[in-house]
Amino acid sequence: MIFDALSVLLLLLGLFFFVSGLLGLWRFPDTFARLHALTKADNLGLGLVMTGLLFQVPDVLWAIKFVLVWLLALVASAVNAHLIAVFLHRQQEGHDESA
Amino acid sequence: MNLLDGLWGILDLLLVAVLLLLAMAAVLSSDRRRSMMLFIVFGLVLALVWARLHAPDIALAEAAIGAGLGGALLMATLRRDTHQQTDQFPQHPVVLWGAGVLVMVLGTMIAWGLFSVLPTVEQTWRKGAAVDAQLAFSGVSHPVTAVLLNFRAWDTLLELAVLLAAILGIRALGYVRSAYVTEVAFSQLAVWLVPLLILMAGYVLWAGAHSPGGAFQAGALLAGAGILLRLAGYSHAGLPTTRWLVRLGLVVGTGVFLLVGLGLLGWGQGFLHYPVAYAKWWILLIEMLATVSIGMTLTLAFMGGIPQKEAA
Repeated sequence: MIFDALSVLLLLLGLFFFVSGLLGLWRFPDTFARLHALTKADNLGLGLVMTGLLFQVPDVLWAIKFVLVWLLALVASAVNAHLIAVFLHRQQEGHDESA
Repeated sequence: MNLLDGLWGILDLLLVAVLLLLAMAAVLSSDRRRSMMLFIVFGLVLALVWARLHAPDIALAEAAIGAGLGGALLMATLRRDTHQQTDQFPQHPVVLWGAGVLVMVLGTMIAWGLFSVLPTVEQTWRKGAAVDAQLAFSGVSHPVTAVLLNFRAWDTLLELAVLLAAILGIRALGYVRSAYVTEVAFSQLAVWLVPLLILMAGYVLWAGAHSPGGAFQAGALLAGAGILLRLAGYSHAGLPTTRWLVRLGLVVGTGVFLLVGLGLLGWGQGFLHYPVAYAKWWILLIEMLATVSIGMTLTLAFMGGIPQKEAA
């Protein structure tokens, strides 16, 4: 029962951060700011959701799988954001040279 | 309990609505990049819908092949596209409207046909009980795998043949362009992810015998590893560089499947009728080789032709 309550609380918190990230994606003026909002807020949201789900696992093996999935998602999202940012940075520099 | 059912119902309606909207947006968007992104999101939502329909196998395949690989193929195509403008329809409006009406008529006919056969299907479309009754003789304990590799092995063999035909067409397009130039962060990620993907492919293949998974999902994961390598700057994407090995890999899935079928026919068993005692091993052999073929085929499809090194 206490675990269920903790799960619900953490999941709701995580959702809040996901929604915040979405708001940033919608409202921020330039792509770098949007990327920043999205990666920061989403990673925290994902962490909270995963922690919330950890209270529901039947055994340790499940917990390990969850944590592995979480780590993979973190690394992938960080590298993704980095790639998009580098690409944009290059594009803007290229524009400056041609101008 | 009722409240929970209601919530699920609302979620399902939302999913269907989002799916329809995404499909329309992807088709109607005039910007190709945007269309492509929408298509990828559409694939992911479709995977969710399959999951809600309690079909994890199809959900896995949709996420890996439909959204993942389909998206990668579209991106590779866009990259080759030299003129980046949006499509202007050069056709006469009469032609466009005519085509639209024709499609609608065809769609209506298909829908009508489906509805007319539904009453007859009612008694037969739930084959679950029959599959479960025969499962013990299939060599595997997962009903989906049993149907795909044993009871309806025909269909799977032909699917592999379709992939083979497709890659032959792609290879007829000539040689692949130079590899991508990439970021250090990405090559490092590839170094970590590729072994993991190969491991996952092996697991998904093995798991197919008793839970969701199988050759197509595993092959898609291998192809993911190949595409990662290609994007990280390895020009041959981890594929063998000798020509005959590549050709062998592409053909082996369909070929061995066919040979096993014919061999069993010659043995007096009937085409692809495995003897019960060895069914599991035949299925495992075919699935393993099919995984290799599918992985290679999809990787080469992403590269879009014959790699330079192989040509030498």
